[in-house]
Amino acid sequence: MSETADRVKKIVVEHLGVEADKVTEDASFIDDLGADSLDIVELVMAFEEEFGVEIPDDAAEKITTVKDAITYIDEHKG
Amino acid sequence: MFDLTGRTALVTGASGGIGSAIARALAGQGARLALSGSNAEKLEGFRATLGGDHVAVPCDLSDAAQVDALVPQAVQALGGRLDILVNNAGVTRDNLVMRMKDDEWDQVIRVNLEAAFRLVRAAAKPMMKARYGRVISVTSVVGQTGNPGQANYAASKAGLVGMSKALAQELASRNVTVNCVAPGFIRSAMTDVLPEAQRTALLTRIPAGDLGTGEDIGAAVVYLASREAGYVTGQTLHVNGGMAMV
Repeated sequence: MSETADRVKKIVVEHLGVEADKVTEDASFIDDLGADSLDIVELVMAFEEEFGVEIPDDAAEKITTVKDAITYIDEHKG
Repeated sequence: MFDLTGRTALVTGASGGIGSAIARALAGQGARLALSGSNAEKLEGFRATLGGDHVAVPCDLSDAAQVDALVPQAVQALGGRLDILVNNAGVTRDNLVMRMKDDEWDQVIRVNLEAAFRLVRAAAKPMMKARYGRVISVTSVVGQTGNPGQANYAASKAGLVGMSKALAQELASRNVTVNCVAPGFIRSAMTDVLPEAQRTALLTRIPAGDLGTGEDIGAAVVYLASREAGYVTGQTLHVNGGMAMV
């Protein structure tokens, strides 16, 4: 598992208060992890802070699974 | 009660009659303020009379780019945090609906409603992150009752109420409250010059028998800005001497 994936999963566990083993790469924030739209905004803000990337709104809207987040961050982090 | 020591606040329209009273009230409870207004000189003069380490952040609220820059500016000037946002600035361009020009409508909606939207949109993020925030918009009794000649103004003020209720629902779980204060007739340079007959007619509509003061509004804002008002959200606090009971 990549380092990005580890850090993303840690943030998801902390923010959504879910069990770590539920946070698989295919897990959907809303459907599988019980997030609402506001939680997603907060997750995106937390990712931005953790990785020093800017995630614009149109990109943020496409991030629906844990894997989407990891992929976006790996492609854009400095 | 209602101690605001250590809190920071951005107040728009801060050099105006009601705005300066709100600023004084918040500062009096210990808050550190970013004072905004369109007239930089007047704003600086007010900042100087207020004392303390408040900052002036001039902004033309009819210019979207300036409005979008205001919250980041204020956050920076206030040392990285914004606890309280007071959308107080407002303009009037009165006319009968039949005579109202497009730009009279646009200008009032842009400054009173759209600028407030841009500011709350920008302030919501840092407040949500901090798990604390107080958004207070100054609306008006006429947003509830209407007033001939003020279709634009009444619409903008009613719009603030609806927007605040929506945002209140979005942010309640993050300990950010969003409320309005609705002044009735408040003593000002404008009401001071009313002809006696008109003034008397006005007062017959107010059960309290007198006009309100800026301090009455400042006290209401302080309450809604306080930690103690944390369970109050999506509300409009009417401060009008009883002239409209809603």
